[in-house]
Amino acid sequence: MGRLLIRRILLGIVVTWVVSMMIFAATELLPGDVCHAVLGQGATEKSLESCRERLQLNQPMHTRYLQWLGRLATGELGTSLANDLQISDQIGARAWNTVRLAALTALIAVPLAVLLGLIAAIRADSSVDRGISIGTLCFISVPEFFTGVLLVYILAVQLRWMPAVANYRDLTRGDFLEVIEALALPIATLTFAVLAHMTRMTRTAVLNVMSSPYIEQAILKGASRSRVIIRHALPNAVAPIVNVIALNLAYLVSGVVVVEAIFRIPGLGTLMVESVIYRDIPTVQAIGMLFCVTYVGFNLIADVMAIIANPRLRHPR
Amino acid sequence: MSAASQAPSETDLKTRFTPSLIIGLVIVGFWLLVALFGPALAPHLESDIVTDMSYAPAGEVGLLGSDYLGRDVFSRLLYGARMTMGLALLVTLLSFSLGVILGFIAAISGRWIDGLMSRINDALMAFPSIILALIVMSALGTSLMIMIVTVAIIDSTRVFRLSRALAMDISVMDFVDVARSRGESLWWITVREILPNTLAPLAAEFGIRFTFAILFISALSFLGLGVQPPAADWGVMVKENLQGLLFGSAAALMPAAAVASLTVGVNLIVDWFLRRMGGDVSQELMN
Repeated sequence: MGRLLIRRILLGIVVTWVVSMMIFAATELLPGDVCHAVLGQGATEKSLESCRERLQLNQPMHTRYLQWLGRLATGELGTSLANDLQISDQIGARAWNTVRLAALTALIAVPLAVLLGLIAAIRADSSVDRGISIGTLCFISVPEFFTGVLLVYILAVQLRWMPAVANYRDLTRGDFLEVIEALALPIATLTFAVLAHMTRMTRTAVLNVMSSPYIEQAILKGASRSRVIIRHALPNAVAPIVNVIALNLAYLVSGVVVVEAIFRIPGLGTLMVESVIYRDIPTVQAIGMLFCVTYVGFNLIADVMAIIANPRLRHPR
Repeated sequence: MSAASQAPSETDLKTRFTPSLIIGLVIVGFWLLVALFGPALAPHLESDIVTDMSYAPAGEVGLLGSDYLGRDVFSRLLYGARMTMGLALLVTLLSFSLGVILGFIAAISGRWIDGLMSRINDALMAFPSIILALIVMSALGTSLMIMIVTVAIIDSTRVFRLSRALAMDISVMDFVDVARSRGESLWWITVREILPNTLAPLAAEFGIRFTFAILFISALSFLGLGVQPPAADWGVMVKENLQGLLFGSAAALMPAAAVASLTVGVNLIVDWFLRRMGGDVSQELMN
């Protein structure tokens, strides 16, 4: 198992390195250079020159790549092209909103999904199972902005239970209840986006284990179906379930971009979209790198957990 | 989709036409008709301003009210059907041909070419799709053309992985060995032996990729990076009317519901199809 783990972790490092090169190289795809593209046709020679100076375009590519990596590591990312603010300050000011949204969503979605998946597995092929199956299929299919807009329309506009648009900027120091009230709809939207897949995979994982001989033995000795599932099947289904959970946490990275846009939450997702519109490439690269490292990291965790939780790999012959 | 009609005959009759399949077919058929004939039947042009009242409620102006500029939501929804579905179909056709061709080439090529292509594919798949699209669009700009190509390439990585795996499985079968020892060319083997045997899973994949393309394109348009106003696209319509929710207008809800119903419809069909092949649509969809 140790060798397998080390191999997987090394692979994760290689992937991160390749991803960082690709993000850096994205700007080199341009026919001219970044400054030409960003400043447009009307750019004067002088402004082009100062832009190139700022991005150090006169140096060879590999030098700039290494410098960029160094700046990423130290957090000194320089100033944004759109305004003269420090990129790391902007990221720092918004990161908490994004992390909080994703973390609260995970706290709600993960237990709920495992519970629903277990219910579907215990009552497999019943009407409850069928209902969960159709419901989750629908939620997998619909876009986040549909769930978000629908929730706002029903809960905030029609029923007036909560504010349609909260003032997220004031929430950095707000007390816990205020935060929850303001973030309730974004969290609910994001939860629906990841819940369905986790539920389905939990059900599949448990049912896969259910078809093995030792489960048949447990059934034959007279254990009830819920006891068979919780005592005998669940421990062996942990590996695939943990895997799905980590993969879905990785998926939160994409979901968060759209959900922040729906509710106008000043987080990293909205900052990245704004930066794409203004073609503020250094900021896009920095946030893109953050999101990608998170994504690769969760995928790595998913595989590592699967290796650790798999009894066959834990005790090799 | 043509996939739904070519069912194997040996499966039992009960699973032939489930209610969910019929619902899916009705929804998708409805939107196909709207995309084809909707714009001809629309009472107004997509950019016509029909009233000076923003967010007029449904019934008062037109069938579904007016949007933030006083345009007819109903007409824009009809135009949007053609735009959104047409773009998604274009992207899917592009990504599909790219993915299948490259996947088959990788599968029948030697270790080096296959290894190289697969590693490049892995690198592209290591990104969350939407983040990769954002990075590319920040570098190359946000035109419709760039969006189509970007989404198609990102999407094709999933098709590549599937078609390579399928072709690998088939290419070790006895009948392929027989064809090879008969002296058939690689092209012949690919087209006459491998392709026909991968058609069913590829057909299901086409449906999944189509849903993915709709969701991806409308999400980008919603973020302001895809189709640009005043063109009517469902994602754009959600974005521009989002403020209206505060005034109780459902102008943003209609196009969002249109996207949702279409993708649910396609997935109901794909789910039925995959169940017959013993798969599960949700496992495919997250990729």
